[in-house]
Amino acid sequence: MSRLHNRLWYLVFTVPLIMIFTIVVLIPFLIGIFYSFFEWDGIAANPMIYVGFDHYIELLSDGRFLNSAWLTVKFTFFSVILVNILGLGFALLVTTALKSSNFARTMFFMPNLIGGLILGYIWQFIFSDVLKMLGEATGYDQIFFNWLLDKDFAMYALVIVFAWQMAGYMMIIYIAGIQSIPNDVIEAAKIDGASYWQRLKNIMFPLLMPSFTISMFLTLSFGFKIYDTNLSLTNGGPVNQTELFAMHIYNEIFGYGNYGYGQAKAIIFFIVVAAITLTQVYLTKKREVEM
Amino acid sequence: MRYIKEILLVVGSLLFLSPIYVMFVNSFKSRSELYENVLALPETLTFEYYSAAITKMNFLTAFLNSLVITIISVIFIVILASMTAWMLARTDNVISKIIFMVFISTMLIPFQTIMMPLIQFMDQLMTVTGIPFLNTRGGLIFMHIGFNASLAVFLYHGFVKSIPMSLEEAATIDGCSKFGLFWRIIFPILKPITVTVIILNVIQIWNDYLLPSLVLTDKGLRTIPLATFYFFGEFTIQWNQAMAGLVLTIIPVVIFYAAAQKHIIKGIGEGAVK
Repeated sequence: MSRLHNRLWYLVFTVPLIMIFTIVVLIPFLIGIFYSFFEWDGIAANPMIYVGFDHYIELLSDGRFLNSAWLTVKFTFFSVILVNILGLGFALLVTTALKSSNFARTMFFMPNLIGGLILGYIWQFIFSDVLKMLGEATGYDQIFFNWLLDKDFAMYALVIVFAWQMAGYMMIIYIAGIQSIPNDVIEAAKIDGASYWQRLKNIMFPLLMPSFTISMFLTLSFGFKIYDTNLSLTNGGPVNQTELFAMHIYNEIFGYGNYGYGQAKAIIFFIVVAAITLTQVYLTKKREVEM
Repeated sequence: MRYIKEILLVVGSLLFLSPIYVMFVNSFKSRSELYENVLALPETLTFEYYSAAITKMNFLTAFLNSLVITIISVIFIVILASMTAWMLARTDNVISKIIFMVFISTMLIPFQTIMMPLIQFMDQLMTVTGIPFLNTRGGLIFMHIGFNASLAVFLYHGFVKSIPMSLEEAATIDGCSKFGLFWRIIFPILKPITVTVIILNVIQIWNDYLLPSLVLTDKGLRTIPLATFYFFGEFTIQWNQAMAGLVLTIIPVVIFYAAAQKHIIKGIGEGAVK
């Protein structure tokens, strides 16, 4: 009686969420793998033609796909560097004993709460109009011009907006890291006459390695998956030079109507993102053991 | 020296937010005033562009849609995920372990991998069952619950593991039913992690654009990100109105941040590190 009773409670507590989760996440994921082996235009009345692994082979020589993949790698590379420099810099600034550090922390984190879509629109104005007008006013029109229309600079514009959004997030992670460093270690180094830069390089940085790992990989996986800001800031332009991975998949499926082929790209996307995340988990765990 | 540092930090952090200043001041300027100097303060405070933006975006409807969808989704996520996570953590058998592992591993799946099959499947479910999953607030809430379940279960599971069993055993001996035990004793203990779960989900669901854009087609159902997207797409951009519209979308976020700042920063940190 009691055992049956317990089992019933188990079902009552877990089944509702498991059911929703299965319908929304698990089944679509499995169907998605299935779709990637078919040629289909998304119209229910039209036939789905089985093509096996053809889509996955086709990917390897798809110029637009490879270009988008390369752009994503480039974007992510610059983003990881910029976001982490800013994040660590801010964290060092706001962990000093200054009275204004709490205020600064609040301000630095603020952009992270605004959705990526809206951030993109705010910066669209900055890059298209404010920069242009600054150029006209100051004469430095080699730096101050509409970045979004330039096929190289548009990418850097996206990096800047992403960094603006994510720096505060990474700052929070670095702050936690800095605060976990025992104060007496720093004090001892001070007494021994170590300069600020020496303390930073020889004591803080090595002890901040776990925070580095987390921040690096978080930026890596957020950067790789960027979509909203990409859509509102550049919409892939000019001439597809900022069409990053997530947007490329969206366009392939819903823009060009290549449902099967686009889904194969989506599966590859999953594999790449999963590999990045699992590497992070592995490295973080390994480090925890060593500490 | 100390004062200079203090001032520099304040000025620096305000400069960091200068895009918000630019957005704000230009939401009051006429076209010619705007193009004269984008950085200057407005000469007069006119709310003309705000009222135009409110009408064109259908802002009040969008705000209410966002509010209803976010609040109901988060309530369900908190209730269902805490119950599930507690059961999984407290029932030591293979099935629980497998279910938990499945929840965790799906956190690796990016949304773009699921979006197309999800919409297809929802469409088929709609035809078979007659339940309107697509183009309804309820359907969107249902999907938000599904997509945010994993992280919530994961956070609750970790927290439950840190609560000593003895408390629950004592309550069981006292003749408390599982349901009563959970709601009267366990759920109140989970409060700190519940705050984290609420904050992470509010931010995620409030700002989400892609899922609602695929699920909702009716104008009257649009959430704030959707309304903003169509506002920018349908009208040739008049920057003063556009900036007014963006200020409007940010006001709720700023209020939320001001009200729960400490919890937000703490919650974000916890969500990331785990």
